[in-house]
Amino acid sequence: MSQSDFILETRALTKVFGGLVANSEVTIGFRERQAHAVIGPNGAGKSTFVNLLTGHLTPSGGQVLLKGANIAGFPAHKVSRLGIGRSYQKTNVFPSFTCFENTRLAAQSRLATSMRFFRPACSYKAVSEQAGCALEAAGLGPKASRMAGALSYGEQRQLEIAMVLATAPEILVLDEPLAGMGKEESEKMVGLLKGLARDYTLILVEHDMDAVFAIAEVLSVMVNGTLLESGPLEQVRASRAVQDAYLGDGAEAY
Amino acid sequence: MISTSVPKRLAILLLAVLTVLALFPVWGKLVFAAKFAFLMQKLTGIMILAILAMSLDLLVGMAGLVSFGHAAFFGLGGYMLAMLSPQYEAANLWLVLPAAVATSALAATVVGFLSIRSSGIYFIMVTLAFGQMGFYFFNDSKAAGGSDGAYVHVKPAVEAFGVTLLDLDQKLTFFYVALGAMVAVYAFLKVLLASPFGRVVSAIGVNENRVQGLGFNPRAYKLAAFVIAGGVAGLAGFLAASQYGFVNPAMLGWHQSGHVLVMVILGGMGTLFGPVLGAFILELAHFAFESMTDHWLLPMGALIIAIVLLLPKGVAGLLLQWGKDKEDAT
Repeated sequence: MSQSDFILETRALTKVFGGLVANSEVTIGFRERQAHAVIGPNGAGKSTFVNLLTGHLTPSGGQVLLKGANIAGFPAHKVSRLGIGRSYQKTNVFPSFTCFENTRLAAQSRLATSMRFFRPACSYKAVSEQAGCALEAAGLGPKASRMAGALSYGEQRQLEIAMVLATAPEILVLDEPLAGMGKEESEKMVGLLKGLARDYTLILVEHDMDAVFAIAEVLSVMVNGTLLESGPLEQVRASRAVQDAYLGDGAEAY
Repeated sequence: MISTSVPKRLAILLLAVLTVLALFPVWGKLVFAAKFAFLMQKLTGIMILAILAMSLDLLVGMAGLVSFGHAAFFGLGGYMLAMLSPQYEAANLWLVLPAAVATSALAATVVGFLSIRSSGIYFIMVTLAFGQMGFYFFNDSKAAGGSDGAYVHVKPAVEAFGVTLLDLDQKLTFFYVALGAMVAVYAFLKVLLASPFGRVVSAIGVNENRVQGLGFNPRAYKLAAFVIAGGVAGLAGFLAASQYGFVNPAMLGWHQSGHVLVMVILGGMGTLFGPVLGAFILELAHFAFESMTDHWLLPMGALIIAIVLLLPKGVAGLLLQWGKDKEDAT
């Protein structure tokens, strides 16, 4: 398998917290413009994996290769600037900013520097345009001037996505975008994610199986910090090991 | 567009208060007669402290950096004037003022670089330690009068091409210089907060981790904010030293840092105008209680506790609520 097959891949990625091995030699490849879901029961190490991919945690071992270059250990802001955008499991918008200001802040990060002290931020046209487009793409166009803190929970999750889009990423790493959403909100979000899957390389960490099956083409299953199975959706779905891990003795609560 | 903007009603109220303050030299003379000169001096001093409080608000209220050593940069600005002034001649303001601001900013660069890697309680302790280092540096050295402090015998001259523009010896002139500086610093920080830099710094105070996730290096922005705040504090120190004609190590000490921190918190963090109000409320209450009783610390403490308990977002929080209510009603 040549390097160019994957836009992003991990090789033997390992993270140890004290005596706990949260990720053990995880090797996964992500293809360009493919929607790839990472699933697993609670405590499987999915969040750790996302944090390792995006620079929020420093790996204890192994590599993260972006287009063949090792970026393991890069700080989060550098990873973001290299084109890997992430959303957070916990809603992480700035409540005292309007929706537009949230995305504008995100878009501003694509300026060479934000060490610009005098011109008002609202006068940077390209930034504002990018921010507006991201809001539209996430379906929040009409709410641009609303305070983020005053949005419904589902809308805040949409804003979360809009902020990632505003950073003009190549790869989207979405950490449980459907967490805590009601049925109606979930359906809306799944529609949004399906659309994004066409334009971006999508890495989706999610609990909601219906959503995963609706969006993803490739599935990786993690259990106890290790990669159990990775491959096309149907193949993984039929895998015995996966069924055991998920359905197994029924002791796993998730 | 800026979410930190002040509601219209409140802006009018604040402008009215500012106008009353600006006209104090006119009406104060009639109302206070005997105490007028003293009050002029007091108000000038408070406006200078308000500048210091605003600079600290950039750190505490915006960037989420609770500095307990901010007075060090204030004192350093004052000491620069004392040390650069010729003994019995006026120093040139155009040289000494930039030197004082630059020295404070430079010191803030070093202190900031070393302390910003820590956060929360550790940041408080590290800045406190640096502040005390500054205090003992001047307290124990012979260079600038040691623990006795140093005098600025002649106030700096404000001249252009040999023409005296302002005579800082005039109490009235100095009052308006302080007022002008306070308004200018407010405007400067307002512009700064609306800039891309200001948006990033404001966001860091809310959620640093997310700001980093968006692609900003939070340390760089926090350091820049620390340096700017240090420079503005140096300006305030320079003005304070010019006003009193005297500097002493207490200007740099933790007592002074804590005092300004209380102004920021009581006034309302992250609002800029709040810390200004905090400076006035705290200093005027101090003055009023002191003139009434020897045990002024008791009512002072009660006032601080009352404000903290009743107004968790400070005086500014109350005013902002009032401004918003009015806006909703119309």
